[in-house]
Amino acid sequence: MKVLLAMSGGVDSSVAGALLRERGHEVVGVTMKLWGGDSDTGCCSVSDVDDARRVAQQLEIDHVVFNFGDDFDRHVVDAYVSDHARGVTPNPCIECNRHLKFDRLLARADQLGFDAVATGHYARIGRRGGRYTLERGVDADKDQSYVVHMLDQAVLARTLFPVGELAKADVRRLAARYGLRTASKPDSQDVCFITSTGGREAFLGDRIPVRPGRVVDRAGAELGRVPAVELVTVGQRRNIGLPGGGPKRYVVDVDVAAATVTVGDESELLIGATRVERLTWVDEPESGEVLVQCSAHGASSRAVVEPTARDELSVGWLRPRRRIAPGQSVVFYDLADRRVLGGGVAVT
Amino acid sequence: MPFTYLDHAATTPVRPSAVEAMLPFFSERFANPSGAHRFARDARRAIDEARDQVADVLGVRPGEVVFTGCGSESDNMVIAGVPGVPVCPAVEHHAVLHPVERRGGRVVGVDATGHVDLGALAAALDGDVGLVSVMAVNNEVGTVTDLAAVSAMVRERAPGAVLHTDAVQAACWLDLRRIAPLVDAMSLSAHKFGGPKGVGVLTVRDGVRVEPLISGGGQERERRSGTHNVAGIVALAVALVETDAERDRENVRLAVLRDRLVDGLRSRIDGVIETVPRDRKVAGAAHVCLDGIESEALLFLLDEAEVCASAASACASGAMEPSHVLAAMGVDRRTAAGALRMSLGHTTSEADVDRAVDVVADAVTRLRARPRSLS
Repeated sequence: MKVLLAMSGGVDSSVAGALLRERGHEVVGVTMKLWGGDSDTGCCSVSDVDDARRVAQQLEIDHVVFNFGDDFDRHVVDAYVSDHARGVTPNPCIECNRHLKFDRLLARADQLGFDAVATGHYARIGRRGGRYTLERGVDADKDQSYVVHMLDQAVLARTLFPVGELAKADVRRLAARYGLRTASKPDSQDVCFITSTGGREAFLGDRIPVRPGRVVDRAGAELGRVPAVELVTVGQRRNIGLPGGGPKRYVVDVDVAAATVTVGDESELLIGATRVERLTWVDEPESGEVLVQCSAHGASSRAVVEPTARDELSVGWLRPRRRIAPGQSVVFYDLADRRVLGGGVAVT
Repeated sequence: MPFTYLDHAATTPVRPSAVEAMLPFFSERFANPSGAHRFARDARRAIDEARDQVADVLGVRPGEVVFTGCGSESDNMVIAGVPGVPVCPAVEHHAVLHPVERRGGRVVGVDATGHVDLGALAAALDGDVGLVSVMAVNNEVGTVTDLAAVSAMVRERAPGAVLHTDAVQAACWLDLRRIAPLVDAMSLSAHKFGGPKGVGVLTVRDGVRVEPLISGGGQERERRSGTHNVAGIVALAVALVETDAERDRENVRLAVLRDRLVDGLRSRIDGVIETVPRDRKVAGAAHVCLDGIESEALLFLLDEAEVCASAASACASGAMEPSHVLAAMGVDRRTAAGALRMSLGHTTSEADVDRAVDVVADAVTRLRARPRSLS
């Protein structure tokens, strides 16, 4: 097959390239230039592009750079800023996968005559009754099926995850055995366009007016203050301007318009159901009992999924659980907790 | 499969005569020309003769020729080395634009063909201006500047200012003897006319003071220190003399091929926008904007078919950046996204052009048949 491999300059996509070569595929590496601003690491710093190019040279594959900066700004950065501005907690890595890697890049690959796009994600694509399945990666600690849950049959048919069958330790061992220069490069962390020095505050503060907020209890009594109400997330417990030593308090509501954060004890966070929209399905829409995961590395919980409207459903939790911050991705797995069924974005 | 090179504005294939001229200086004639022995004198003589040859082609005095490390160095040297406010048009090469901006200079607009807007230039000129830098030929779209008009305006409005031209893209196309009298300083780069990379020229008219960018051993009459790149300097001169001798013939030959290339494309596909009219640009420039196309995707397919061309300039990561030249010309971002720069030169043949027409037309047709995004 002729495969376009997305190379971030990290060890996972490097090893993915080596494996594809070993399997006899014709491979071209591509690094997407996504973010033009400051960055600690991530996919687009010049040194990461250098690493990707040097690995491609080691693998004896061609390497190109595609500038998708405009699309990244529109679909990921602008969305990140506007979500925060309305008190929603976005997941930019998922939006990048949805709009950049598995849309823009895949379309580009089609244009250029590639049969498939490959990435270094820890997830597996299988076949079941003539249909494609999306499954958790072999390495439970590194599993990234949550962040690629939006892939459908058409995309899965043209996608390869070569390291999904491996444990991270094996990937590093393979990288060392192949002599890849990225073998001991640390994993990338956090959002690529947020720097460790400035953080989210500085990033948002440059783009929208962030406002200090009051922290109140249910009765409306002020307990403290936060510097930026746009950055507070439902369920948050730390950094909400409360003195230590008191009872455990959680953010139970964020009202950006009123610049008010309401806190309460854990029981006030507990809910029986969650509304989810912007649905995607790996295959056909599902309903009934499933396992649901609500953060990249969180555990999954049992729930019953029931469609409530077009492109909207209700997740009824078997046991009450803490509220899910609006904007977070909610991903459905089969009861074996192995196969992704689909997902969406939490509303309330 | 034949290999089709249409990227002469990026760099030109090195002329065999230039390669041959260099070789002795990598072996028996290795000496440092600044030394005090016979081997040094031999190398020194090679540089002196090269300087005479260059001066002859440029119509300047040998003492007005400063050998530098590249065209960018020449540009930077003159912009950093002259006091007062620098001024340049917005379509200059970044080697001019960035140093001018860094010095807090004035950047003036251009017309739709990429030619400096003379009204805007006039408005930017006053007694504070120390240097005006206007390129002779634009590196992306090939527009030729009316340097006589620019020169007359600068002399009238800012008589104290140094007038510099980045002529890096001009050597193959324009008689440099006609440019030199119009300006005080001119930059050239050997690899744009069949010489090697890593050697350039800055001419500095006698009486004009340009502070050195690199100080040290005092080479080039204290204007550019650093041990001479003897092989490069000798090869630069050989390539420049050859280019000068062939220029008239090549201008005629390549204009025919350029027309054949662009007309061929227009006959095969729709939506070929010729960025600059042919009578306003050099014969080797075939810059077009292809409607509905993304340059990166097109260049990938051309590369796969072994056709070498380019779009705009690449940033440090290698990604294509939107062209500042097209933006300054008022080309909208969507049209500019489909830019394709094919540039012809001394090795270009009719077969190259015919093959490029086929490959580009096929690639454009294919890209237009598929969406740029799935959603």
